[in-house]
Amino acid sequence: MLGLNRKDGVLFLIVVVMVIFAPFILNPFPSDSSLAQFNAGYPDLMQRFLIFGIFAVGFNILFGLTGYLSFGHAAFLGAGSYAGVWMFKLLGMNVLYAITASVLVAGLFALFIGFISLRRSGIYFSILTLAFAQMSYALAYSVLTPITNGETGLQLSQNDPRILEGASAADGSLPVPSLFGLETRATHTLDLGAWSFDFNAGYYICGVIMILAFYLSIRIFRSPFGMMLRAVKSNQQRMNYTGLNPRPYTLAAFVISGMFAGLAGGLMVSMDPLAGAERMLWTRSGEVVLMTILGGAGTLIGPVLGAGFIKYFENIFSRINDQVLHQWFAFLPDGFENAMVFLVHPFVGKGWHLTLGILFMLVVIFLPGGLVEGGQRIGRLFRRKKKTDQAAGTAQGQNTPAE
Amino acid sequence: MGILEVKGVGKRFGGLQALGDVNLSVQENSVHAIIGPNGAGKSTLLNCLVGKLIPDTGTVMFDGQSVLGRKPHEINQMGISRVFQTPEIFSDLTVLENVMIPCFARRDGSFRMHAIEQVAREGSIIEQAETMLADVNMLEKRDFHAGSLSRGDKRRLEMAMCLVQEPRLLLLDEPTAGMSRADTNNTIALLKEINEKRSITMAIIEHDMHVVFSLADRITVLAQGTPLVEDTPEKIKGHPKVREAYLGEAQH
Repeated sequence: MLGLNRKDGVLFLIVVVMVIFAPFILNPFPSDSSLAQFNAGYPDLMQRFLIFGIFAVGFNILFGLTGYLSFGHAAFLGAGSYAGVWMFKLLGMNVLYAITASVLVAGLFALFIGFISLRRSGIYFSILTLAFAQMSYALAYSVLTPITNGETGLQLSQNDPRILEGASAADGSLPVPSLFGLETRATHTLDLGAWSFDFNAGYYICGVIMILAFYLSIRIFRSPFGMMLRAVKSNQQRMNYTGLNPRPYTLAAFVISGMFAGLAGGLMVSMDPLAGAERMLWTRSGEVVLMTILGGAGTLIGPVLGAGFIKYFENIFSRINDQVLHQWFAFLPDGFENAMVFLVHPFVGKGWHLTLGILFMLVVIFLPGGLVEGGQRIGRLFRRKKKTDQAAGTAQGQNTPAE
Repeated sequence: MGILEVKGVGKRFGGLQALGDVNLSVQENSVHAIIGPNGAGKSTLLNCLVGKLIPDTGTVMFDGQSVLGRKPHEINQMGISRVFQTPEIFSDLTVLENVMIPCFARRDGSFRMHAIEQVAREGSIIEQAETMLADVNMLEKRDFHAGSLSRGDKRRLEMAMCLVQEPRLLLLDEPTAGMSRADTNNTIALLKEINEKRSITMAIIEHDMHVVFSLADRITVLAQGTPLVEDTPEKIKGHPKVREAYLGEAQH
């Protein structure tokens, strides 16, 4: 199917189905129940799942395949965002203008940074990329104010030329990003009994693009190019003495992953046309590293899982405050209730980073292959059980030939 | 005129003159061994041939073209392959993939961006790699992780990776170092077969005299960075200077 083998095809189909039905899957609790706060099916968060999924999938092409750990990918996210907003200001509000420019600008930027940084490997490469990203952040914050609008952030205004569409909407309000007239903020809410599901145009635009990006990533993983990238990670010395030059391979991987990051930046501003310098900050770069490692670096689906996991934590876990905790433990006697709230308090609400940090450590120590490895282990457990059942079955005198 | 002509090569590391004035001529289809005591400059010489080191003086010509100033991958593309002392393979890849990579390198050159085509569709490359694996009796291990192979198998795999490129000159750096007697004999047999069947020229650095005398057509003895003598194995065995400088020492 689509040039994929059976296993990849199934994985791809699962992702497609998940993206289509996410508004249902992420909203399992009735909207007036006490568990409704665990619902993640609102447009803003669902868009972020996909956008950071794209970011992490791209990062994985560099880090997962070649092993080069870039600590400055937020620079490309930021560059993509600025390019996207400029397109909205100069050309028009079509999402396609923004993401095309984002991908191109981020790609060129990555070509420049990669060309210099890839002269070194290991920790020196990481430090170089980090330095470049922090430089970009500082420049965007200060010297480049005419382009980036400094600390206010780049945003739309009434006076923008928008040469393809005219400055502002008929009623004088700021225009909104759209795809050929379909506004990204347009949301259709479906009420089914106690449940309420949101279907957002922006989410599905991101969805289609994320599916395309994921498909591209599978193709790259299974291509001779992908094989060469794994060879780079495995043994550059042997590569050299096999007549292959590792540098253009790593540079190409760097540029591709930079373009994915730019695409994510372009989609971010398509959902909310605002770009600030803090998007280039090193914490953003670190976040995508965490996502990829947590999900499983070098695996196809891992980065997507990692992105979803971290964004869910950031947005849902952080909302559990003391009030909610008191509700949960209300069944306990007062003294115990307060003690439990006191104990759990540091791990939720504003302390969600602590829980995430602990989980991250546990994953790295016990599941070096990330969440994907966890899934595989569970799968293997089931298969082994099935096999022993079968073996027992054959032993009972059925003469099925051994495989 | 040999396929590899080394003339007046010298290399200095700080105060140490690693190579003095090395002249060497490797004839096509021969097996040329370079022996010498530890620190004689054998490995330095080899590294000068493959572009890892650049000699301070002298010239290295391969098939009439200068090797100096070229990068290792360019020199490999000229037709020189190298086997390392400890097998250098792609440990994280499967055995088949290990052999496919040099096939791609041969077909497509040092870089080609085929990111959308699928490996599974590269029928002729897979076939070529499988034939090579069958030749070294490793076809049944094609889906193994290369890192999980035994040392002997890693050596054979590395050899297969070099041979599938059909190099004109194969450089071997102590190919039997640390091997058991049986493995050593197998390697000798394999190398003999390669030299005779595929008519590949070989230059081999070796400590083990048994290996050297069973394989080499010509031997160069290196001592303190300069060639002491170059001759046939029979002559070398009886050469008084060699006995003194090398074989004598080896009998401690």
